[in-house]
Amino acid sequence: MADRIYRAAPADALRVEPLGELTAIFDRRSMQTHLVVSPMPEILDAMGADACNAASLAARLAAAFDLDATEDAQPILAERLRELAAMGLVERA
Amino acid sequence: MRHSTRIAVGPVQFRIGSDWAEPIAALEHLYAGYPQDDTRPSDATVRLFAARPWRRWLRPSVHIGGDFVVPDALPLPLSMGLLAAEMGMNLQVALGWRRHMLLHASAVAKDGRALIMSGESGSGKSTLAALLGEKEGGGDWRLMGDEFTLIDPAGGNAFAFPRAVSLKNEAIAEVAARVDPSRLGPLLAATPKGDIRHLIPRADAIAAMHEPARPALLLFPRFGGEASVEPMGEGEAFVRLTEASTNYVALGEAGFAALTRLVRETPAFAISYPDSAAGIALVEQLWAEAAK
Amino acid sequence: MSAVRSFVDLLAGRRDPAALGPRDWDGVIGVARSEAMLATLAHRLADACLPPAVAALFADQRAAAKVAQAQALWEAEMARRALAPAGIEFVLLKGAAYAAADMSCAAGRQIGDLDILVLAPDIRRAENLLLKAGWEWVKSDPYDDAYYRQHMHELPPMIHKARDRMIDVHHTILPRTHRITPDALALVGDAVTSGAGFAVLNPADMACHCAAHMLADGDLQGGLRNLWDFHTMTRDFAAADPGYWGELDGRAALHGLQSAVHRAARLSRDLYGVALPSAWDRQDPSDVWFRRRLFARDDWGRVTDPLLEQAFYIRSHWLRMPPAMLARHLWTKWRKR
Repeated sequence: MADRIYRAAPADALRVEPLGELTAIFDRRSMQTHLVVSPMPEILDAMGADACNAASLAARLAAAFDLDATEDAQPILAERLRELAAMGLVERA
Repeated sequence: MRHSTRIAVGPVQFRIGSDWAEPIAALEHLYAGYPQDDTRPSDATVRLFAARPWRRWLRPSVHIGGDFVVPDALPLPLSMGLLAAEMGMNLQVALGWRRHMLLHASAVAKDGRALIMSGESGSGKSTLAALLGEKEGGGDWRLMGDEFTLIDPAGGNAFAFPRAVSLKNEAIAEVAARVDPSRLGPLLAATPKGDIRHLIPRADAIAAMHEPARPALLLFPRFGGEASVEPMGEGEAFVRLTEASTNYVALGEAGFAALTRLVRETPAFAISYPDSAAGIALVEQLWAEAAK
Repeated sequence: MSAVRSFVDLLAGRRDPAALGPRDWDGVIGVARSEAMLATLAHRLADACLPPAVAALFADQRAAAKVAQAQALWEAEMARRALAPAGIEFVLLKGAAYAAADMSCAAGRQIGDLDILVLAPDIRRAENLLLKAGWEWVKSDPYDDAYYRQHMHELPPMIHKARDRMIDVHHTILPRTHRITPDALALVGDAVTSGAGFAVLNPADMACHCAAHMLADGDLQGGLRNLWDFHTMTRDFAAADPGYWGELDGRAALHGLQSAVHRAARLSRDLYGVALPSAWDRQDPSDVWFRRRLFARDDWGRVTDPLLEQAFYIRSHWLRMPPAMLARHLWTKWRKR
């Protein structure tokens, strides 16, 4: 499957509140609350305002968390991006 | 409508209309000690009505209507008119009230601080609150409500909704043994929710119904099994309270802010208990720690 | 004075809210809730001097309506995300359109389902894309489903499985069986872009659709609200464009909706007190039935004239369906009771 490019919601649209192991994300555009676990908040952080696909995201996360960028992270990130898109938190660019 | 009355419970002013005199008379008995302000317009309307004119007399059955209606709700026999009124009032609050975040939870307060208990029906949250509210000598718990607790989104305080307590099944005898019979409504036997009897809250609880209380302890009780206490994380408490709130989604960011604040500032526990006495003991013990 | 008349007078600005007693407010609030217009009234009286309890209730209503509108517009955004990548364009209809275009009737207006209009050739693809994006059919019985597909102007309703919100996908604005067949191609082709970036009907078509929805299609349920929409939009459009009433007449003729649009204009004059241009400012004796139906609520918010209500229900079906089909439909509905 093609590595789709996504863009995260603008930062001021979201209110992110860590609650222990969960993170509650309130989307001011949809008025919806999303309860997510790692790595969703980290993905949104790493995307910032840029258009990202799973490959570029893997590279960013690897750099941010000082990990080796591995090929097998990409399908997982692509799946997470699809889930975030279904929630409306990221949008296909 | 032919018969009507007005009742204020906490911040909500109801007007209740009925095709029959009996439910209104029963309500006026239960709510006689509540403050009356005739200059205040009503926030919510409840209607108890007969689907067809002749059904006022012939096998009279009470339909529940009002500002908000459950389309497929079955009518109740006239003998359960008080239950119909209670269900109608709950429905209007659950679906229509927007000033506070509504938690389907009971609450009691002491020294301006609130203990909030959330759980499904059958969890014993109502009974625990009623028993705490009646406790002799053990302190001065104020009953805030057996069904709804209101959280002010701006300040985070809890507000009371002390409607007449709806005692069910075994709880009826348990509470009736401790209170003046004049504070009990008629026994409604074999309703769809079991046997029901209403308890009029103590006069001081009614008089203090507008006083806020700071949430100090969140409990998620479960009736049955060994006595146990399980601390609950912020995330789980958040999830369970969104499920226990009837208007969380409708409040938007104000609801989100109120709920995150509530679960962060208030210690939360899941508790199990085999009987009321053990439940009360657990609650008092957790309160003593939380209120330090 | 009856609560429903007080309510209409307050909206029209004919009645001083300070003159209402507490029991008058009980009725007005009850009627406004029954008409799903309490937040509309709250906006209309935002600057009025009100009893403190009413002012507090109205403030709650305005805040809640703001949240609800954001939620409704988000459904439009999610429909856009599902359909736009495949090149399917849609026009927002009714409440969501009014909110997207920031029209005055949107202030406090309750928005139910998301209504969108797509071109008929796109409807199957739109259906598939929405199903892929998380919408699913509301469970319905096979008769209803077949009924929708053969005779209605929309797909059977779908609901989003995560957000629990309904979408109605229309390919025209009246049922296929209705004796009036508006020009759907013109509706889509001449749509305009709203401030929020969504396509909405142009001002004349919007009023045509509002009148069609209220009078040609509907059984006048929610009539006071639809009439308020019609009243405020025509008032504002005419203020911005002196030729508006003429354009509206032309568009109404194009869609075969002149009689409905003219009746809506007369009713909005009668209830909400707008001044009409002379060509529109007529009297029609049959309007009295519509006014009676619109005012048929008692002080407890109940519909007072069930027979009249039933008559309008049958009338609305009569307009939608040829008689034999109507008989078949009503028979099937009644049997199911």
